[in-house]
Amino acid sequence: MNHSVQAHEHELEHRDDFGAKLGMWLFLLTEILLFSGLFLSYSYMRARYPAEFHHAGSEMNAVLGVTNTLVLLTSSLTMALAIVAIQRGERKRAMAGVVATIVLGVVFLVNKAFEWHAEIHHGNYPGSAHLATLPPGEQVFFGLYYTMTGLHGLHVLVGISVLTVMAVMIKRGRINPDRFVTLENGGLYWHVVDVVWIFLLPLFYLAA
Amino acid sequence: MTEAQNNLPERPLSYLDDSGPRRGILGWITSVDHKRVGVLYLYASLGFFAVGVAIGFVMRLVQLNMFHHLVTAQTYNALFTVHGVLMIFLFVIPGLPPVFGNFMLPLMIGARDVAFPRLNLASWYFFMGGAIIVVIALFTGGGPPDTGWTFYVPFSLKTGTNVTLAVFGAFILGFSSMLTGINFITTIHRMRAPGMGWFRMPLFPWALYATSWIQVLATPILAITLVLVMLERLVGIGIFDPAKGGDPLLYQHLFWTYSHPAVYIMILPAMGAITEILPTFAKRTIFGYKAIAMSSIAIAGVGSLVWAHHMFTSGMSQFAIMLFSLLTMVVAVPSAIKVFNWVSTLYKGSIEFEPPLLYALTFIFLFSIGGLTGVMQGALAINIHVHDTYFIVGHFHYVMFGGTGFAFFAALLYWFPKMFGRMYSKRTAYVAWVPMFIGFNMLYFTMLVLGLQGMPRRYYNHLPMYNTGHEIATVGSWFLVLGLIIFFANLVVARFRGAQAPANPWGGVTLEWSIASPPPLENFEEIPIVTHGPYVFEPEARHEP
Repeated sequence: MNHSVQAHEHELEHRDDFGAKLGMWLFLLTEILLFSGLFLSYSYMRARYPAEFHHAGSEMNAVLGVTNTLVLLTSSLTMALAIVAIQRGERKRAMAGVVATIVLGVVFLVNKAFEWHAEIHHGNYPGSAHLATLPPGEQVFFGLYYTMTGLHGLHVLVGISVLTVMAVMIKRGRINPDRFVTLENGGLYWHVVDVVWIFLLPLFYLAA
Repeated sequence: MTEAQNNLPERPLSYLDDSGPRRGILGWITSVDHKRVGVLYLYASLGFFAVGVAIGFVMRLVQLNMFHHLVTAQTYNALFTVHGVLMIFLFVIPGLPPVFGNFMLPLMIGARDVAFPRLNLASWYFFMGGAIIVVIALFTGGGPPDTGWTFYVPFSLKTGTNVTLAVFGAFILGFSSMLTGINFITTIHRMRAPGMGWFRMPLFPWALYATSWIQVLATPILAITLVLVMLERLVGIGIFDPAKGGDPLLYQHLFWTYSHPAVYIMILPAMGAITEILPTFAKRTIFGYKAIAMSSIAIAGVGSLVWAHHMFTSGMSQFAIMLFSLLTMVVAVPSAIKVFNWVSTLYKGSIEFEPPLLYALTFIFLFSIGGLTGVMQGALAINIHVHDTYFIVGHFHYVMFGGTGFAFFAALLYWFPKMFGRMYSKRTAYVAWVPMFIGFNMLYFTMLVLGLQGMPRRYYNHLPMYNTGHEIATVGSWFLVLGLIIFFANLVVARFRGAQAPANPWGGVTLEWSIASPPPLENFEEIPIVTHGPYVFEPEARHEP
């Protein structure tokens, strides 16, 4: 048994921050490809129904969309600041940065909920009687709108959960100035979620 | 606590003996040891393989026209769907990489584990979770899906069977495949032993590397496609529904964008395993090492650009059809390079004939038939004629079963002594081969002929003109199943009662043979330093006395 105990200790010692980041980048690649299937569908449908997409896009609430963009961009900034802070050994600031990112993420989701609520109130949701009266291209537009913003919203929710775990890890010292690759990876995830949104904004809200 | 300590005190404590802090089954399902995870995958995927074989066996019986009172047409639709889903998603895709990749990759590159051991175990849980969801889907809701494993819209949107849950299961399985890919790429980049440059790496890891990239790049497309099918069924978003402006063809494009590269996920690691086996039994270095390594990458690359050859009859522009036909021909080139290299490796080798070599040679023979019939389908005129016939069924069974399946068996025979420290009966392994080989060709070559005669796939009934062919194929399936039973019974007996296997029963020179059988807990007491290529058999070139 002695041999195995030593072996297990050795396993815990193994540490490769570069490898951890490489793995994260590969995972982010899969996330981008996940969305790329939808972006592909969007491009195809838009090429097929340019006028309908133009008209449906003009009914989107661009003010809410742009506000949410600003919220997410700011959250990426606070996330980056949190990582800088932990590298400098300022744990409290790192904590503040992560918490601010979580709060901004929640603000984004609340905005999104208002927006979906308004659209559903107008009768623009899959399967509604109102939507069925619209030309096919506009129905597809709303189908894509709910799928893409919905999947993105789900990613924001996952990001918030991940960052909450990170906050706990910072508090317990599991993420510390000597060992912060986990926080960096969490940050990378958050930035990718942000980047996806930056593409969603013009496709839906500025399409008109 | 173990047999090793009782009977064979000189053998070092192996991964089989030491279960860590937990005992029994818990010691297996909570272990992050890559070897234990590999064995977990082995048992799970062989279990699903057995069910898949049983379903295939029943389907062949139905085609005798004698059991229609027992199996209705609807049941038959469910049978071929479940057979396909089980075999593709639960055996062939998670066949070689998670089983032999997990077990052998760290050993072959001189590492103590994969880069993310916990993620590795999590992948197994995703695999089992997805599998359980698929199984639940068979017995709940509107019954087992009847769409075929391709889940084509619009039928998959309209059918009352339990497609949504089955698709969700496949989605979860995709996660397992993707995470394994991420794990292997990182492992290969970061954990090769000192001195092992890229071109000193054995070719099975090379094949795994190419495979992992496909898993990472293609699986997300399947994931999103399956999500769209679920959303379409649940809320009717309309992207695939023409009534709402959607396009069913978009589904086929998205589906094959994953599922064609997926066939290379299935075959590349199989080719990699064969590339390990041949030099060991020919006792000489592999012919064209770099060509084989690069052809794996080329297959991964070009293989990602040929998906629409599944859709020549679905409606595409003539230009697109010709382009995809050309690319399909091109992807055959790197595969052929491998076949030529394998054959050249045997030429002038000092061949030592053992069961793994027999199965590896069978792979080359059957895969060549599968590959050549594939090139035939790349030709447009033939494609239209054989589309959706038994020719297609015969072709992909030659590639998937004759190729990946036999490579899996060859790899199992090759690495079994290393994995379990036991030796099977070589005689029985030869005996099992005879009915397997005869049955396989009776079953699937007949299908090729039936297809050329016009027998459509997925049909419950057939015209009297096809009776003879179906009878030959069904009898072939009995031989095949008999062979499989002998093959696996041999291994099960060996697992528990086999003689102790030496560390290097075949005289292999890659790193996995340099350690004890079964491997000790952390593989290498000291990480080896690599000073030469992987297939150097001459002692003087290895700087050894």
